Amino acid sequence: MQTLLRTPLHERHVAAGARLVPFAGWEMPVQYEGVAAEHRAVRADCGVFDVSHMGELHVEGPSAHEFLQSVLSNDLDKVGDGGAQYTLLTNERGGIVDDLIAYRLGAHHYLLVVNASNREPVFTWLKEREVRGSEVRDATDEYALLAVQGPRALERLGLPQAKPFTHAMGEVEGVEVMVGYTGYTGESGCELMCPAEDAGALWDAVVARGAVPCGLGARDTLRLEVCYPLHGNDITPETDAISAGLGWACALGKKFTGADELRRVKEAGPERKLVAFVMEERAVPRQGMPIAGGGVVTSGTHSPMLDRGIGMGYVPADRADAGAELVVDVRGRDRRATVVPKPIYRKES
Amino acid sequence: MAAAESYPEELKYHPEHDWARIEGDEAVVGITWFAQDALGELVHFEAPEVGGTIEKDSSYGEVESVKAVSDVIAPLSGEILAVNEQVVEAPETVNEDPYGEGWLLRIRLSDPSEAEALLDVEAYKQVLADS
Repeated sequence: MQTLLRTPLHERHVAAGARLVPFAGWEMPVQYEGVAAEHRAVRADCGVFDVSHMGELHVEGPSAHEFLQSVLSNDLDKVGDGGAQYTLLTNERGGIVDDLIAYRLGAHHYLLVVNASNREPVFTWLKEREVRGSEVRDATDEYALLAVQGPRALERLGLPQAKPFTHAMGEVEGVEVMVGYTGYTGESGCELMCPAEDAGALWDAVVARGAVPCGLGARDTLRLEVCYPLHGNDITPETDAISAGLGWACALGKKFTGADELRRVKEAGPERKLVAFVMEERAVPRQGMPIAGGGVVTSGTHSPMLDRGIGMGYVPADRADAGAELVVDVRGRDRRATVVPKPIYRKES
Repeated sequence: MAAAESYPEELKYHPEHDWARIEGDEAVVGITWFAQDALGELVHFEAPEVGGTIEKDSSYGEVESVKAVSDVIAPLSGEILAVNEQVVEAPETVNEDPYGEGWLLRIRLSDPSEAEALLDVEAYKQVLADS
């Protein structure tokens, strides 16, 4: 039996009445008051998620930039000081070892925030390929990470607005934080990183300013409404970045692991594509359900905003256009669905 | 809003967290507060057809929340007289009022003596305490 890891905020979650579940080796809050209420709080105002389980890897040294350019799919030359970038760690087949955000902390220093479930594979992958003059270090245990998300998140925190995919140092109620203008909900807001020992004070401050504590349940429904892929579901080492619709995060003009294969897939056209769909009948699609004609659901849920079943899945390329009709096998029952453009949910503006 | 925890005295309970309100040779059935709380907010009730039959201790449908799906076990056997369309349309009704507006089926009992095997409220609470 394996002991579950706990974030520095574990006691706060217990005290708040969270329902805790095992996730990627961690004991994490899946919900507090309820998934739908938390979801709506983020869409309407502001919610806070403890995402301290995510991995933080420092890559530092005179060769750090060059090294990361050779293993990550996106072009780090486009990231200036104070910038950040969504990027993929790809294998030789163009499959996705992990999707992550690289924060440029300096010309020779990057911070990679990786999925909790991939922390060890990514660390090992990088260590095995590390070049002279770059050092990879796992600093996950040193930090707490809070995602504060929603249209009023920055206002409530008293932080300035800033462009997405930038970062800056800041302060919330006396706690010094690195503010990343990033997130996984489709809303504006930020992710706050602080030393692990300050986590409790930061959480209390953020909650006191009106952020609703939210669990992994709402995090999943929020990200799926806006079609952010989840590694392990929608993207894996066996799914290539082009078929997954992540060509925009692949700088195919540069050399990186798997680039040749990705160029080939792009040129030939993918045989199957990751699409978004909505159910046309009452049913909730779930990961692993077959889609008629050779497809499979990779993520599915009930959308709190649309009040209907939604999902993503791989389908043959000739069924991947918006409007295409799909049939999902929901535990033996055929249920109709329609391919829709991404994102599934878009804010009325 | 979710209902507060309660287990009405007048109901009969099945250890799979279902309840029955027996009214002569008919019964209204649903899931208990414990069941709806364990699932979280319901988003779907896969209901059987009116006119069909359900069989004690067997699944007759599914209730589904954002995160989980669960079979619904029949506490008694009988013919389905009505399906609660309000729950089909608004499954969260079960969370709001599991023993009232959130009932699932009305059935005509095929064997009223089956009710003797069901639990009274104290026995059901013991099931919960032991689980």
